[in-house]
Amino acid sequence: MLLLIPLAGYLRRVRVYEAFVEGAAEGFQTAVRIMPFLVAMLVAVGVFRASGALEDCVALLKPLLAFIGVPPELVPLAVMRPLSGTGALGLTTELLASEGPDSLIGRTASTILGSTDTTFYILTVYFGAAGIRNPRYAVFVGLTGDITGFFMSIYICKLLFGP
Amino acid sequence: MINLIWLLLLAGGIVYAGFTGRIEVITPSVISAAENAVTLAFKLTGVMCLWLGMMKIAERAGLVRVMSIIIGPVIRRIFPSVPPNHPAMGAIVMTVSANMLGLGNAATPLGIKAIQELQKLSRDRDTATPAMCTLLALCTTGVTLVPATVIALRAAAGSVDPAEIVGATLAVSFTAAAAALTVDRIFRAACGGRVR
Repeated sequence: MLLLIPLAGYLRRVRVYEAFVEGAAEGFQTAVRIMPFLVAMLVAVGVFRASGALEDCVALLKPLLAFIGVPPELVPLAVMRPLSGTGALGLTTELLASEGPDSLIGRTASTILGSTDTTFYILTVYFGAAGIRNPRYAVFVGLTGDITGFFMSIYICKLLFGP
Repeated sequence: MINLIWLLLLAGGIVYAGFTGRIEVITPSVISAAENAVTLAFKLTGVMCLWLGMMKIAERAGLVRVMSIIIGPVIRRIFPSVPPNHPAMGAIVMTVSANMLGLGNAATPLGIKAIQELQKLSRDRDTATPAMCTLLALCTTGVTLVPATVIALRAAAGSVDPAEIVGATLAVSFTAAAAALTVDRIFRAACGGRVR
């Protein structure tokens, strides 16, 4: 894409350098605009994590989810995924190392990481850039996607890779 | 709603730390989170400038129009409130394309661009429009064709076949996107439908 776009542009007689700089200038303004939104969200998530509340939520959810057939190893990942991208990446790396990348847990964790996204981060960054303070029902919509993705990953991986 | 969630995370965390006798962890975690947020924004600046620059070239070269012909018909049905020839449509098309190709760091700036274009169609600048919520549903579940990061992670962990999860990922992200879009439709109808 990095080669194709400028090349195609040049062939279609676009002033590629000037067009690039013009577009890039917008990027800078946007980055500055999202900062307050990002600080607000990351601080709240950071406090929730540092206090141990997140960990204990996970501990609380484990037996509940184990009851319906969810492997307890995957619960922390499910809770972390919408809140923190780097956190989820770290948890998956740990799971791949401890369980093995080709185990059922390893494959399921990979699928969860690959098919869902950090909802709160995207919400903060996108809506922050447009200056939107009231996201209405978007949080629910995003979380529905995450929850569906989590349960579907477990189901499909069991189907494809299970014993 | 976001007010309540934010308060719950922040106040809940502080009160919880107080109860469990870990109140001293709060201040350092707040400071480092605030610093991280700014670092993250600056890291994003470079990528954002790069891809928004590319986007401008693609726009001028007519490449966006080519992509619109391919996936446009589907996108137009998902976003009925956006006029087909508005720049927002082009930006949405580019975001979805980048997501599908697994270009995570290109998708974010393009998604931001799309939201900003949608904002120009909005009457109430503080509140998300239904189209924005739909875009968010599409982006957070993102139909991914090539989950590049995960494949790299699995290869690094010594997997025999790092790419074997591609089929599962595709099926899951498709279902998740469908679920999110359905819930989006339900909310949109419940909130009085046709408002932009």
